[in-house]
Amino acid sequence: MLIEPDMTIRSTDTPAHTLFKPLPGAQGASAANVAIWFNDRPLSVPGGRSVAAALLAAGIARFRATPVSGAPRAPFCMMGACFECLVEIDGVPSRQACMVEVKAGMRIRSQEGARDLPPTNLADALQENVHGR
Amino acid sequence: MTLSRTADSGALADVIVVGGGLVGSAVAYGLAREGARVTVLDEDDGGFRASRGNFGLVWIQGKGYGLSPYARWSRSSATRWPQFAQALLDESAIDVALKQPGGFHFCFSDDELAEREKRLSTLRAELGDYPFQMLDAADVRARIPQIGPAVIGASYTPMDGHVNPLKLLRALHTAMQARGVRLVSAERALGIEPQGHGFMVRGKLGTYRAAKVVLAAGLGNRALAPFVGLNAPVAPNRGQVLVSERVAPFLHYPTLNVRQTDEGTVQFGDSMEEVGFDDFTTTHVLADIARRGVRAFPMLRHVRLVRMWAALRVYSPDGFPIYDQSQAHPGAFVVTCHSGVTLAAAHALRVAPWIMGARMPDELPTFSAQRFERATELTLAH
Repeated sequence: MLIEPDMTIRSTDTPAHTLFKPLPGAQGASAANVAIWFNDRPLSVPGGRSVAAALLAAGIARFRATPVSGAPRAPFCMMGACFECLVEIDGVPSRQACMVEVKAGMRIRSQEGARDLPPTNLADALQENVHGR
Repeated sequence: MTLSRTADSGALADVIVVGGGLVGSAVAYGLAREGARVTVLDEDDGGFRASRGNFGLVWIQGKGYGLSPYARWSRSSATRWPQFAQALLDESAIDVALKQPGGFHFCFSDDELAEREKRLSTLRAELGDYPFQMLDAADVRARIPQIGPAVIGASYTPMDGHVNPLKLLRALHTAMQARGVRLVSAERALGIEPQGHGFMVRGKLGTYRAAKVVLAAGLGNRALAPFVGLNAPVAPNRGQVLVSERVAPFLHYPTLNVRQTDEGTVQFGDSMEEVGFDDFTTTHVLADIARRGVRAFPMLRHVRLVRMWAALRVYSPDGFPIYDQSQAHPGAFVVTCHSGVTLAAAHALRVAPWIMGARMPDELPTFSAQRFERATELTLAH
């Protein structure tokens, strides 16, 4: 999976430049776009898929910075195993973007290093292990 | 020292170390430091590989209750750990993340606290120099603010620490090979023949000859030891471990069952089960491990667990290590224990010189497997 390293975040009116192309007939390929926020910028992303797939389709290449070295990372396995796609979703840190379905209005932030414990927002923390399933 | 050619490659070896886990690698690294030419036979991933599943503690407190030489031996390793870690960093460029800030053992009842104090006081009386403190809940909270209300006190000793055990194994493999140790991977030792002034090890892939042989094959030692007149009645003891997502550093001390690693994950462990060679995980044991962790640190109920595994400790009948040289076949040694991390420094810096001909370390005669034969005679006599 190739991802351009310096991809900048696109606003809704900028055509996203991405290497990822939904396959015709794939699940969610015909789903309508939904409006979300990524790092406080509005984005229009294809719906009917995971947050990770939606962000990649919108040209987002840097999902997080690692806790150890601060290196930029993006989704790798897309199936819940590698934990490379961690983002903050609606105030809940370190969620696996590949395991959560994208919804209109989501406020998503890149996960900068390790999350804190206990969570700063305990109400939202209750959702943490749901993973949208 | 007699030098012989191994049959399969022509390489020269003074010592064959059977086992490339933390014990075998530490011994091999130490032997190379002594100038020996060493061949290490390491099994493949079909082996039980305790060195890839352990918890990573360099732990002293409470160990050796009832057999104080074990406390002395463990401590002699812990005090050598800083120089050992520095040598590994210098020679392998791998930082094994050694931290020895002291460790806590939490108590949840007055009885536990009293039992803990008795245990550590007994060890102090036998060892002399054995620093520890008994702390009440306020003392513990002052040092670890995140502990929960169920913790009524703790024992603390500055002797304890932890490392990243996977980095340790990689550092040992790198450093020993940099010193010329030959690592033969995917090789399983099937038998050993004493021959003239040395030994021939028959493996799945080839045969190997050297003047000396060290059995550091973990659970495999049981079957190999009798080939050279040794006894290693070790059996598996399963431990299960949970590991969390990475979180910002919050726990700066190791504890017996919860620790935060150098890279931010939280490990939960310290289960013990005798279930033979079954190294699978079980939900009820993992649930209990998680519950105990959350009881000490309630905020950990919010942490996501990302992996779990089980590994088999290499346990002798009394739980203590076995260090022996064969009387029937001098030059054949067995080195086996369940604390390959804590004891790594002693294995490299004290056991290896003994194998190369130096005097046996003072603590070690206690750990001959002859103690099990005596125990049997004693039992039969009654």
